[in-house]
Amino acid sequence: MPGDTPAVIALRDITRVYGRGEAEVRALDGIDLTIRAGEFVAIMGPSGSGKSTAMNVIGCLDSPTSGEYLFNGVDVAGLDQDQRALLRRHYLGFVFQGYNLLPRTPALENVELPLIYKGMGAAERRARALEALEQVGLAQRADHEPSELSGGQQQRVAIARALAGSPEVLLADEPTGNLDTHRSAEIMDLLVRLRAERELTIVMVTHEEDMAAYADRLIWMVDGRIAEDRPTERGARDAG
Amino acid sequence: MLGETIRLAVRAIWRNALRSFLTVLGVVIGVAAVIAMVTVGQGSSAQVTQDVAKLGTNVLMIRPGQAAMGPRSSSTSERPFDLRDVERLIREVPAVETASAAEQSQMSAVAGNVNYRTAVWGVSNAYLDATDWPVVLGRRFATGEEQGGRAVCILGETVRQELFGNTDPVGDKIRLKSMSCEVIGVLEAKGASSFGSDQDDIVMIPIRTFQRRIAGNSNVNMIYAAVRDGASTDLAKGEIEAVLREIRRIGAGEEDDFNVMDMKQLASMLTGITDVLTGLLAAVAAVSLLVGGIGIMNIMLVSVTERTHEIGIRLAVGAQARQVLQQFLVEAIVLSLMGGLMGIALGLSLAALAARFMVIPFTPDPVVVLGAFAFSALVGVVFGYFPARRAARLDPIEALRHQ
Repeated sequence: MPGDTPAVIALRDITRVYGRGEAEVRALDGIDLTIRAGEFVAIMGPSGSGKSTAMNVIGCLDSPTSGEYLFNGVDVAGLDQDQRALLRRHYLGFVFQGYNLLPRTPALENVELPLIYKGMGAAERRARALEALEQVGLAQRADHEPSELSGGQQQRVAIARALAGSPEVLLADEPTGNLDTHRSAEIMDLLVRLRAERELTIVMVTHEEDMAAYADRLIWMVDGRIAEDRPTERGARDAG
Repeated sequence: MLGETIRLAVRAIWRNALRSFLTVLGVVIGVAAVIAMVTVGQGSSAQVTQDVAKLGTNVLMIRPGQAAMGPRSSSTSERPFDLRDVERLIREVPAVETASAAEQSQMSAVAGNVNYRTAVWGVSNAYLDATDWPVVLGRRFATGEEQGGRAVCILGETVRQELFGNTDPVGDKIRLKSMSCEVIGVLEAKGASSFGSDQDDIVMIPIRTFQRRIAGNSNVNMIYAAVRDGASTDLAKGEIEAVLREIRRIGAGEEDDFNVMDMKQLASMLTGITDVLTGLLAAVAAVSLLVGGIGIMNIMLVSVTERTHEIGIRLAVGAQARQVLQQFLVEAIVLSLMGGLMGIALGLSLAALAARFMVIPFTPDPVVVLGAFAFSALVGVVFGYFPARRAARLDPIEALRHQ
């Protein structure tokens, strides 16, 4: 299936270097990667392998030091801070390991947050946020603050927030890192379901084989390079 | 978007209500102080003008000596006037309707076993005319009493209350020094002057009586002259000066050894002093506004650090730097405007309270109130900008990592 859809993300010889001279760290050392619309890609690797940096670059939170990054065919490697903010606002959704919800703010308002920056009116915002909460099964918790929700519920609110803005690509950084096995499975099932319903492209960083198994493609990174790029069992089965 | 930002700011402020209040306390006090000072200052200026108008704007004060020193200082080294001078002024200056000598001394007035210290003034009926001060009980001085220097007196309301309570004192006797004198009238109550002194704390006796029985000389150190209706005070002043120069034999090139001051001059002199004082106090108060602004900057910086993670989240979901800047700037402005509003309420209340105690008019000036409000907004912009810019320049990855 993904083989014939257009490339959403295309990285060409991407590097990301921190520091200079002796202290130079090549977090990304020449990455070539194409992700097509509708793919669910898991990025794995030991710590320090550059998978988080790759995530930040793909998510336009960070700019590459060199290389070409085509997003929907447009080169976005050289965009400035504000242009990247616009790109995130309109095309990308984020789910983090630590949920990153605004404290003391009801779930509904957390989900509305990206819509505010899209300039949406209050009524439409509310409707869209409720719809997103419904999709993650938390509509009845809309008025609860993060502190009143379990970890799994908080992560579902975070997913609703990422989806509310109707992004093309969902970026998930260790989304189950803080959850037990049961909750983790729930979250992964949710992601798989949403991907189908919304025709999402998902890029997920994880260090758990079990979670990576939900994806249909696995990228293994070592020392800032892609060491392995292969379909998962699920991916091979679906393709076959 | 702006409405959204303001709503957000109000909520952020409300979330830390106590801290927000303490933060803006500096602005509250600053604005309140400026408004209270200026309002009270303007009130007392208005009171001075009113008092002087009560004295009569057509009244001239003539005193020996050159510079205008102040209204009631009687110490001067210059030659005093005498009663003949007063009579010549009345006779020879057509613009002068009437004139009265005025001498004054502090002493005890005794009635029965009550002893009360007050100001005893030697004047003529003309003084009551010039100052438009009616006698409400009894009568004024009779011609014979004025000419003969009889021991009669007219009491101010305060002295009446102190010595006789609410009873009618006309016909009773009081003792001033060794002189026993008959009360023939009571003056209408005038209340406090702009300096808080009680104008009714007075006993009036005929000027000749004062000279003979109290001062023991024939000096006159102050003349009040009432200008005829329709005549200009400047004209009257010129004429009075000419006559006095002749009387006092002042040569052509020499300067006057007396001065004639009209009430408008006096009023502007007094309000001038009040205005300078008001300005100084307001300037001191404005400094506390500045300090209040620094307080806001301080707490906004703390707030930016505390909320670094929140800023990271906002940036991640697509907020641009200027939107973060706007959020924190609006928060600082809303904060200081709230402080400004509280300061205005507090300042006006203080001014109203002070006006009641000082018995001056309460005259809130919309320009001052709006000015203070605008200034507190400015404080928000100026002192909120630096913290807001710091927030806007945060790197999203760093900010997200911050816990």
